[in-house]
Amino acid sequence: MMGNTMSLVSAALKEGRVAPTELCQRCLSLIKSTKFLNAYITVAEETALKQAEESEKRYKRGQPLGVLDGIPIAVKDNFNTAGIETTCASNMLKGYISPYNATVVQKLLDQGAVLLGKTNLDEFAMGSGSTDGVFGPVRNPWSYSRQYKEKSVPKSHSEDKDSNWVITGGSSGGSAAAVSSFTCFAALGSDTGGSTRNPAAHCGVVGLKPTYGLISRHGLIPLVNSMDVPGILTRCVDDAAVVLGSLAGHDPKDSTTIQDNFKPFELSDLTDVSKLSIGIPKEYHAPGLSSEILALWSKAADLFKNAGAKVIEVSLPHTRYSIVCYHVLCTAEVASNMARFDGLEYGHRSDMNKSTESMYAATRREGFNDVVRGRILSGNYFLLKQNYENYFIKAQKVRRLIANDFVKVFGSGVDILLTPTTLSDAIPYMEFIKEDNRTRSAQDDILTQAANMAGLPAINVPTALSERGLPVGLQFIGRSFQEKQLLTVAKWFEKQVKFPMIQLDEVKRHDHGVFQHQKSASFLEHRT
Amino acid sequence: LCLWGHPYLNSIFLLFFFFFSLTPWVPVVGLEIHAQISSNSKLFSGSQVQFAAPPNSLVSFFDASLPGTLPVLNRRCVEAAVMTGLALNCSINKKSLFDRKHYFYADLPAGYQITQQRVPIAVNGSLSYSLCIDNKMSQMVTKTVRIKQIQLEQDSGKSLHDDVRSQTLVDLNRAGVGLMEVVMEPDMCCGEEAAAAVRELQLILQTLGSSQAVMAEGQLRVDANVSVHHPGEPYGVRTEVKNINSIRFLAKAVDYEIERQIEELESGGTILNETRAFDSKLGCTVPMRDKEGKQDYRFMPEPNLPPLILYNARSLPANMNHQQVVNIDWIHERLPDLPSVKRAKLVEQYGILPEHSFTLLNEAGLTEFFEDVIKQTQMKPKKVIGWILNDLLSYLKQHSLTVKESPVSSFLLADLLNRLEKKEISSTAAKQVFAELWKGEGKTPLEIVKEKKLQLIQDQEDLERICQAVIDGQENEVIICQCRKDGVLALPHLLGRTRSSLPGSLV
Repeated sequence: MMGNTMSLVSAALKEGRVAPTELCQRCLSLIKSTKFLNAYITVAEETALKQAEESEKRYKRGQPLGVLDGIPIAVKDNFNTAGIETTCASNMLKGYISPYNATVVQKLLDQGAVLLGKTNLDEFAMGSGSTDGVFGPVRNPWSYSRQYKEKSVPKSHSEDKDSNWVITGGSSGGSAAAVSSFTCFAALGSDTGGSTRNPAAHCGVVGLKPTYGLISRHGLIPLVNSMDVPGILTRCVDDAAVVLGSLAGHDPKDSTTIQDNFKPFELSDLTDVSKLSIGIPKEYHAPGLSSEILALWSKAADLFKNAGAKVIEVSLPHTRYSIVCYHVLCTAEVASNMARFDGLEYGHRSDMNKSTESMYAATRREGFNDVVRGRILSGNYFLLKQNYENYFIKAQKVRRLIANDFVKVFGSGVDILLTPTTLSDAIPYMEFIKEDNRTRSAQDDILTQAANMAGLPAINVPTALSERGLPVGLQFIGRSFQEKQLLTVAKWFEKQVKFPMIQLDEVKRHDHGVFQHQKSASFLEHRT
Repeated sequence: LCLWGHPYLNSIFLLFFFFFSLTPWVPVVGLEIHAQISSNSKLFSGSQVQFAAPPNSLVSFFDASLPGTLPVLNRRCVEAAVMTGLALNCSINKKSLFDRKHYFYADLPAGYQITQQRVPIAVNGSLSYSLCIDNKMSQMVTKTVRIKQIQLEQDSGKSLHDDVRSQTLVDLNRAGVGLMEVVMEPDMCCGEEAAAAVRELQLILQTLGSSQAVMAEGQLRVDANVSVHHPGEPYGVRTEVKNINSIRFLAKAVDYEIERQIEELESGGTILNETRAFDSKLGCTVPMRDKEGKQDYRFMPEPNLPPLILYNARSLPANMNHQQVVNIDWIHERLPDLPSVKRAKLVEQYGILPEHSFTLLNEAGLTEFFEDVIKQTQMKPKKVIGWILNDLLSYLKQHSLTVKESPVSSFLLADLLNRLEKKEISSTAAKQVFAELWKGEGKTPLEIVKEKKLQLIQDQEDLERICQAVIDGQENEVIICQCRKDGVLALPHLLGRTRSSLPGSLV
């Protein structure tokens, strides 16, 4: 039951085989028993149950609001939620309760979704591990899966058994872990350089970053305004399409959303891929790409080729400048966006009261971690009058070149690009923290951030388990606003690869119940 | 315009240098003017705009910079800026951009101001203004100052420093209100010119309705950039003078600053590129202490606002929601008559002097009052203007009243002037009636005339009888009249006697 897709659960709700309150209770208790994952910062038990009760009344009246009615969801803690703490995993906003809902949150609630809580992340979404938040790192549920336990033999017995756990990736690691550990059926992340797709790949879930401008950013606490997009994490591509349909469209509160009407769509089963042209960008054969992923990538390409699709190597020549370009643009916007956190209107305020300036300085020193402060400093450096031309303007030009690379490739007749999402499978936390955040982010974003630079839609599809028993995903990048095509292809691929379901003892203990047979019907056969 | 044209000491001072010094100084004055846009809501949020509302009662989530909020551009503010740009002969940029200007200040919640640094909404305009030479109304010259640009930007909140309790109170009601920053090129050379230019701008803004432009309420704020140099040499180091809250103080502040700089340089000193505040009580400028060195504002494009695209009739896309577009041509066609056109029309239509047209426009509502009177009276406009400017206006000034507050309505004044025109009363009597009307006791001119027995005696016999009585009273006096060479009787003495024997009804 708990491991079902949203669509199946929605059908069960509709048919009365499960009640919204029961579903909500189960999720809440699963959240409790998987607390060690640290996926959630805040669990909104009371309001969630209330929302579930409301949903139940609607179902009883026979008037549910739609497929999302009664579906338990989680939201990354950088989206504003009225009445529920919004912290960005930072001391700066600890205890901050926003007076309003982000547009995406409001839309989910308006369609009857049950908001379970707020998920963990890197402070202000700056990171690629979900390890750098003030509430501690998120643990990848797959660390505790039977698949991983069977394959990863502890090096020595003296070593702490617990030290083997792997990271979720980030920065939306909490949301990815929540979906992956079955504590919710869909979650919102945010994606600035890969923050939704990266943890989705490491946690074995679908992670969709829609086209910039398709979904409102109003209420998303920004990292890089010109690249941020609310991300969608689900268990399957169909679910991602449903959530996308409920969120997309113009928002008068976000002037960067497109004016055109968005029509929600259902994904058809693609039977013929022969008309499809799949591009394999050679630059994504990046240094550090594991041989395992490389092999999987070419296997996937073969899959398309064998099914009759045209698979061609393409070039995105400016990809290699993307990291440094991203660094300049990101830190510059960060420096600007973080200026509002001065302790005056909201958030943390230092006791220092010698002068307004000293209060600002102390507040910001106490409120932000090293990563945030470092980015603010470099961003301000790049924005100085004497540096602006050499850094910011140049980076903007490079960004245009990167975007043009995609325009050219898509203009040449390529429909979809197929790339790895990450360089390797998830690495143990102890390994991960040996490098600093900046190095890690630079490495980990390399395959994902170009889509943000160009504003293109991209999706991670869980593909297989690595030799260590951890998920590996591949990424599809589509044309601007061509989500339907992108998701249709992703769905076809998803169907071919039959990604295995996570085997979690915690879930097993909780997931006894009426619909056990359904779970086996839909997933167990896929086990490799 | 000449209301501020006091003979400044420094103009004598400047003249002195011009004629007698070997190295004359040329002062250069440029202005940066912030005009608050007259609009129901703020530039990027739906909060109301209102002067003197309770502190922090007009603050939206965006105005308080709550995380996750985004700016949404107010169409009305764009239209006001386009209107102003057109009125100032600017070219309107079909595409303009918004930027962030960063600095930390308690009344700037986001830590940056959204402005238009790179590509403003309007550029390359000009403003013609007139001023009188040597403080003589009759000698007016017209000058032109180039407008460099007009940019849309957010106003900041207000900080109130309580030094006693060493605390700062912040009111965000003003935070985010739309401003038009009008940048004037340094084409002016003295306080009087600066004052005249600002006054003309103020009239234009008020005519357009794009700003109420009341300086006392902070809707119009002027910063002056002042420098001096020798002819043929590059411009000198400039200072920026702030804290100027009336047009009269603008003239004073600029002239003081010019004088100060010349004195400083003459005595071998140097001018610092600094910001100075005008102290209206002391009548001088003083360095502002809060700015420690040059600030680097770290400008950056505002990523949450797409470029502002304006259309004209030709570029207007079909099937576009008209609520979503601003059409420059449409606004152009609907521009009201500007002050200069209004003045020319007044001069042409009513035959009044050009300087009178200036005075009419300078006083809010006076032109309308004048025209209302004209409509209701047979008296020639040329005569009416005298009553408006010499009587009505001087009474208003004496009592510090606006035209709206005048106790004498256009109807009453027209009634009075009609009686004067029909010779029911003398002009001396009319002035008396006007003084009575000013008391605002609700009496009509006719009632006052009757009450005070001010009517002219038009009956021949009555007149003869009165005159006879006067002459009879003079019997014992030696000389009654004198014969002039041309045979006309001159009766000054007698006339005076006759006049004083009557309440005031004679010519």
